Amino acid sequence: MNAPVLDIKNLIVRFATNDGEVAAVSDLSLSIGKGECLGIVGESGSGKSQTFLAVMGLLARNGSVSGEAIYGGVNLLTAGERALNELRGNALTMVFQDPMTSLTPHMKVGRQLTEVLIRHRGVDKTTARNEAVAMLKRVQIPEAERRFDMYPHELSGGLRQRVMVAMALLCGPALIIADEPTTALDVTVQAQILDLIRRAKDELDTAVVLITHDLGVVAGLADRVAVMYGGRLVEIGEVHQIFRAPQHPYTQGLLACTPRLDDPATATLVTIPGQPPNLQNLPSGCSYHPRCPYVMDRCRVERPVLTPGVSGGLKACHLDALVQGAA
Amino acid sequence: MWSYFARRVVIGVPTLWAIITVCFFLMRLTPGGPFDGEAPIPAEILVNLRARYHLDDPLWKQYVDYLISLLHGDFGPSFKYRDFTVTTLIAQGFPVSLQNGFAALVLAIVIGVPLGIVAALAQNTRRDYIVSAAAMTGIVIPNFVMGHVLILVFGVWLKDSFVHLPAGGWDDGAFANRILPVFCLALPYIAYLVRITRGSMIEAMRANYVRTARAKGLPFHTVVLRHALKSALVPVVTFLGPATAFLLTGSMVVETIFQIPGIGRYFVQGALNRDYTLVMGVTILSAALVIAMNLAVDLLYGLLDPKVRYER
Repeated sequence: MNAPVLDIKNLIVRFATNDGEVAAVSDLSLSIGKGECLGIVGESGSGKSQTFLAVMGLLARNGSVSGEAIYGGVNLLTAGERALNELRGNALTMVFQDPMTSLTPHMKVGRQLTEVLIRHRGVDKTTARNEAVAMLKRVQIPEAERRFDMYPHELSGGLRQRVMVAMALLCGPALIIADEPTTALDVTVQAQILDLIRRAKDELDTAVVLITHDLGVVAGLADRVAVMYGGRLVEIGEVHQIFRAPQHPYTQGLLACTPRLDDPATATLVTIPGQPPNLQNLPSGCSYHPRCPYVMDRCRVERPVLTPGVSGGLKACHLDALVQGAA
Repeated sequence: MWSYFARRVVIGVPTLWAIITVCFFLMRLTPGGPFDGEAPIPAEILVNLRARYHLDDPLWKQYVDYLISLLHGDFGPSFKYRDFTVTTLIAQGFPVSLQNGFAALVLAIVIGVPLGIVAALAQNTRRDYIVSAAAMTGIVIPNFVMGHVLILVFGVWLKDSFVHLPAGGWDDGAFANRILPVFCLALPYIAYLVRITRGSMIEAMRANYVRTARAKGLPFHTVVLRHALKSALVPVVTFLGPATAFLLTGSMVVETIFQIPGIGRYFVQGALNRDYTLVMGVTILSAALVIAMNLAVDLLYGLLDPKVRYER
């Protein structure tokens, strides 16, 4: 991998709640290379969104972080609002999950775009308008000039997400964090949005973090994939390796859960038995052991660390090699 | 929007008529009458008085006559202040109540809304607790207590200091005489506005679009003022509509404590004296204000939320 754009080391995210502290992300380290697309998959509550909200300094008020997230030699976790604000929306941008609520309802779409250009590039209003309209055209919004003067509620969900993507691309970012960008959209629109992100990655050499629970999305777009479970990284590696030969039973379970039209063997939907772990009361040893079909005595007491797997990549599992096709 | 406005004004007329009707008959149904004093009036005089004010007419005729005189802009003579018409009494008192009420309203908004924002942004910190506790205190202390406390402090204890203020009286609207009553009027509204603004601002700051605004690298004050505040103001405006109507029509308690010649005292005095026409006059005035303010609120919603449409 080439020089990393973002290097996360030993990230811990905690939330203070009425029932005590909860660790949403524990000791997570990963890096994203220039122009690379890293997929982050995991169930709800696995910490995949919180990891990157923490990096962007957007955690809820009761959240606290430790560790490092280095961008351009700066640790974003300790940089402070002022320094972060120079990067956010500029070099580091984010596309959120729900386009229906992620745009300010009482502001025209155009102004929500131009304010980014005015803030980061210091251009005048006319230039900002021209550039914003050009960007709306680039993300294939029909009648861009007219949409520019519309309020978000006058646009469909797909168009709003295009506006969000346009917003993320305005200043030519080094890294786009797309947090479930297609979850709330129709399947046909999903493909279009993903295509926009792919084009940004190819044309601008922008690195992309694609947070999703949809393995199909990851397969289509990501170079590498990181699998999270209970706030920890359980497996990371090249996308084709992980899809062909997952080295962690949880990854294997996730892949088995994906319905396939062309395979009559999965005519019934497969699920992973049990519940996602309770972060306030994580199981001892490996967090996945209560649900794992390969559980051994050792798994209940000793937490596995990330070690190289047989097919490359890293996995946090005590098994030396996972039998493929068994789950 | 203008057709919406016109339609709402037209709809206001039957509303007002219904209020007038209910109020008219409620007053007449209440036991006692305008000429029942502590010393009984001789029967012959009472007959003459009742004839003079047409109280011996059948009730329906009194009602119709009253409506007709209203249409001519005549609120009738006061039964208690016999040298005055209701129109004159309102014309004398309303400007005073209006000025004080408006000053109190501005004071309440200028202090209450920013304090509410400050408390919301500092949620669950000491600063928030201090502001919220002060607001709660302002709500639970009734203004007849607060009025006297203010008089005690600024009118009596600080009598010889430079912040001494008149304990009461109007003095033709001298500035010093206005300070305590306006503050006393505004205080509970400041407190309510702090609480409402704090609540809706906390809600707004949690919205996804505020997170988007922060993710754009906008300075914090821009995020708050440009992205969060506008939707947070919707509940504030909702509260301010009727609150404005009540403030502008004066407060019986405050005007009595500070001896201010407004119309607030007429509400209670008129009702106690069975001064039918005076009660009707001030009721119509405040009802019309409430109707107007509700319309103003609905129009303001359109400024705050582009989803609001006034067509048809």
